[in-house]
Amino acid sequence: MDEGLRSELSKQGVFTTTLEELYNWGRRSSVWPLNFGLACCAIEMIAASMARFDIARFGAEVFRPSPRQADLMIVAGTVTKKMAPQVVRLFNQMPEPKYVIAMGACAISGGPFKQGYNVLKGIDRYLPVDVHIPGCPPRPEALLHALMTLQQKIAAQRLTGPERPPHARDDAPAEFPVPQYGPYDLNPPHNPEVWQPAAVVRDEA
Amino acid sequence: MTRLAAAVPGIQLELVPNGSPGNPASLVVDPAQAVAAAVFLRDDPGLLLDHVSNVTGVDWLDTVLKETTRVKQVIDGVEREVEQTTERRKPGYLEAVYHLFSMARKQGPVVLRQRTANRVDKVHVASLTPVFRGAEFQEREVFDLFGIVFDGHPDLRRLLMWDEFQDHPMRKDYVEPDDYEYEPTPHDEVLDKARRHYPVGATP
Repeated sequence: MDEGLRSELSKQGVFTTTLEELYNWGRRSSVWPLNFGLACCAIEMIAASMARFDIARFGAEVFRPSPRQADLMIVAGTVTKKMAPQVVRLFNQMPEPKYVIAMGACAISGGPFKQGYNVLKGIDRYLPVDVHIPGCPPRPEALLHALMTLQQKIAAQRLTGPERPPHARDDAPAEFPVPQYGPYDLNPPHNPEVWQPAAVVRDEA
Repeated sequence: MTRLAAAVPGIQLELVPNGSPGNPASLVVDPAQAVAAAVFLRDDPGLLLDHVSNVTGVDWLDTVLKETTRVKQVIDGVEREVEQTTERRKPGYLEAVYHLFSMARKQGPVVLRQRTANRVDKVHVASLTPVFRGAEFQEREVFDLFGIVFDGHPDLRRLLMWDEFQDHPMRKDYVEPDDYEYEPTPHDEVLDKARRHYPVGATP
């Protein structure tokens, strides 16, 4: 529908919408996060859900303890290699459509523990992360901003056509392989369908 | 210490001084008598050390001691003084360190140490978990990261690493897998890794 006609109609008291818009409005306004935290970022996540920052303003206050009832996984904190298979398994158990926010330096890259022996260098090696939040830990406002970014992303999703989201496509993976424990590292060390190492060319000594 | 020696017959004790200010000397006990010594330290009315605040491990590598001596030798019929260097290998060991405090008498710490025979196969010390219940998880952590086997521990499994993990990451000779990935501000050892993995001008 033409935007001018639509604004004219709304001035006359006629509200028009599309099924897609209505559907996405409903989805983005009731994103239910999975109730789990891995480290100190989880404390900021809890603060964001409390009265001062009040994540309920965005419809995301219903933290579900079961992955079967959750839409959004907030990976809040350091993902150790011992914990990573469980995180992937929890994500596999969530119903579609589902989203991932990687919160904090550790979840997006390993953070200060990147060179350590037991820390995963970012959960995006195994899961399709929608929004990355930098910070150590990020402020609750940063989490709210990430949620708003995710809402914009959901609102822009098409239900049909070639740009439809993964959950509406048959060729996209329905679940992600759970890494196995190896003698020194996880096997495989990353999921090549989700993540490839960045091509970096160093130009200085 | 003399009372401890009197209470536990046949105990082998060694007092290791600590140079830094305020830090008390630590007591090295033989693993065979460690449980008896711990029971004494816990139950003696003058000590009442009822709280283990910390259990940790220390890895002492093998050290090579070099000794240079001047010896007179006859070479080609001429007597000369030659420097001779002898190397002596001192085997390393692993050490479990316990910090004991007394809640009842509000004093401490008393530092208790147990040493293993070597770093490779004789890595057993006595578990003090039967004496101090709070040492259980900390001894499991030391077992996990240093590979010290605590005889008598009720549930000796890895604590932080997964069960399939090999090696012990906190040992000084631990070699981590070469899985470097680029980060924007490498420095020191990480810079060396960056140079090795991403040579200047190389096409990825």
